[in-house]
Amino acid sequence: MPDVLSAPLVVEFPFTRSLGPVQSAFLTGLRERTVLGVRTGDGKVLVPPVEYDPVTAEELRELTEVATTGTVTAWAWNPAPRRDQPLATPFGWVLVKLDGADTALLHVLDAPGPEAVNTGMRVRIRWAPQRTGAITDIACFEPYDGEATAESTPHSGEFADPITGIVTPARLDYTYTPGRAQSAYLNALAEQRIVGERCLSCRKVYVPPRGACPTCGVATAEQVEVGPRGTVTTYCIVNIKAKNAMNDAIEVPYVYAHIALDGAGLALHGRIGGIPYDQVRMGLRVEPVWTEGGRHPDHYRPTGEPDAAYDAYKELL
Amino acid sequence: MPKEPVAVVGIGQTKHVSARRDVSIAGLVREAAVRALEDAGLTWADIDAVVIGKAPDFFEGLMMPELYLADALGAVGKPMLRVHTAGSVGGSTALVAANLVSARVHRTVLTLAFEKQSESNAMWGLSLPIPFQQPLLAGAGGFFAPHVRAYMRRTGAPETVGSLVAYKDRRNALKNPYAHIHDPDITLEKVQSAPMLWDPIRYSETCPSSDGACAMILTDRAGADRSPHPPAWVHGGAMRSEPTLFAGKDFVSPQAGKDCAADVYRQAGIGDPRREIDAVEMYVPFSWYEPMWLENLGFADEGEGWKLTESGVTELDGDLPVNPSGGVLSTNPIGASGMIRFAEAALQVRGQAGEHQVTGARKALGHAYGGGAQFFSMWLVGAEPPTR
Ligand SMILES: [Zn+2]
Repeated sequence: MPDVLSAPLVVEFPFTRSLGPVQSAFLTGLRERTVLGVRTGDGKVLVPPVEYDPVTAEELRELTEVATTGTVTAWAWNPAPRRDQPLATPFGWVLVKLDGADTALLHVLDAPGPEAVNTGMRVRIRWAPQRTGAITDIACFEPYDGEATAESTPHSGEFADPITGIVTPARLDYTYTPGRAQSAYLNALAEQRIVGERCLSCRKVYVPPRGACPTCGVATAEQVEVGPRGTVTTYCIVNIKAKNAMNDAIEVPYVYAHIALDGAGLALHGRIGGIPYDQVRMGLRVEPVWTEGGRHPDHYRPTGEPDAAYDAYKELL
Repeated sequence: MPKEPVAVVGIGQTKHVSARRDVSIAGLVREAAVRALEDAGLTWADIDAVVIGKAPDFFEGLMMPELYLADALGAVGKPMLRVHTAGSVGGSTALVAANLVSARVHRTVLTLAFEKQSESNAMWGLSLPIPFQQPLLAGAGGFFAPHVRAYMRRTGAPETVGSLVAYKDRRNALKNPYAHIHDPDITLEKVQSAPMLWDPIRYSETCPSSDGACAMILTDRAGADRSPHPPAWVHGGAMRSEPTLFAGKDFVSPQAGKDCAADVYRQAGIGDPRREIDAVEMYVPFSWYEPMWLENLGFADEGEGWKLTESGVTELDGDLPVNPSGGVLSTNPIGASGMIRFAEAALQVRGQAGEHQVTGARKALGHAYGGGAQFFSMWLVGAEPPTR
């Protein structure tokens, strides 16, 4: 398949999360080197704590402090740490039941190799030197030579300056390919030609082409050059800047228009320039303006032709 | 075997606000669910299944709500489903739950939709920097404003109609304690003097960003018999979809919307929606969508919808009140907005809408749409059980 484009696409965003009372106490506790669990109606201590009982659905608020030592209940060796994992050297993923808890916490264990890890081994928390109120305040667990200690003890969950929200970055990192039809369209654009594809069933020309007609469900293959002139079928005047760096270069107000290129079966979207924004109108005839090195027309400008009659474009709004 | 009639016996909403920093997402949905259970006089043990809906994952970066929220919604050991249909999701989620009851798969189902817009970024979620594509973004309003202009051109509607809708919905919101925007000083002049963001859409004619959740308990005939309050009965429900962009798409009055409404009216035995339906909760994210949907849903002939708005027919005390709750223009936790429409329609026929009650409402339509007019979902609820 010739000239199918592809490029890396990284999408990331720092989502915020309000913690609610239980997670707020848990994460603030970690900052203060205190591990809190929550006691269920039947007396079990869940660590990490949850807001609602996984068995009965009752609201849980009775916080209790557990030890910073515990026992490994299951583990897996990670020989090749990846980006943003807690340790940069090979480590063990461990489930640790802290002394005083009835459930296990997932974290990592700093150990020289898998031969040094076993289910039932005793471990303790190694605190991060800088703590912010996050699960990473526990830098990792480390082997510990000592017997299981105390019961848990009730805790108010109250601390000075509690953490009430956290930021949880989400990141997707993948390879994007627009596929055959879009690639052909993009490659034609590089020659300042606008090429769509015609559906053999309904005869409509799709610009940009998607490789199939969404109405008929059949593949499109017949390439059809459209435009370059077209008609503004409808539009709006944008008076506020979108909060997006990609649009920073465009000054407001500007006209965002639906443009039916001559020969196209539907309108595409573009910016209108070369005319005061308040003189743009439905039916205005326009043509693309290309810039050096740009893959797409920078904007569309009036051709000077008489306006198209409404009936000529009313199906293409 | 005929279908099981479906009754709405519990409705719960959170007070919708711009930011609920005091609760986690689990705490937010829990609040709505508990209120619905209290309304229905039921406990977690009475619920057989949970159906949940939310906005697209990247809006708030929450990928598996059905996993994260199972504890908060008492779903452990029960079926839990998640529904995806963009902005219409609250409506589709309720319909999936209703279908489980009408098909006698489950007797009593908790359905819930939510969004914490304060912890999400809808605009960003919709505008990923896709390689090779032209970075021309006009914002959400920029997507809808050209369709509004097309409607104005097609119908010759006077340009004041949009402001009348916003003025009405914001006044209705003052009577709804759960609505987000409460502006007691609202005037028509204020609405009309707001800046044009995406001409012809003014700031005052756009929906807010809200944090909120809405829950309903749906049950069968036996469940309705035990309900402490009058139930709302589902007389018809349907979903339709069509591509976001295709040659011949009518953005002003999408075919999928017309087909969806026709299906609901057929199920409910509605011949003349304008006369037979007493109240409408429709998804109006920008004010002009009220006259547009009035036509699309068959309440007015093509080109005539704005006349109903202009003549006061859609006011709370009008002949066909539209969005007595204040609508999406006053409250918009996107993932929940569709379900709020469905729930508010049910509150009307239960006679439990409080200050925004439409006097004598016996049949009400709940409507949702989303995804660039790609998905439609609607239900018609009545005060009496269905007879067909
Ligand atoms: Zn076709």
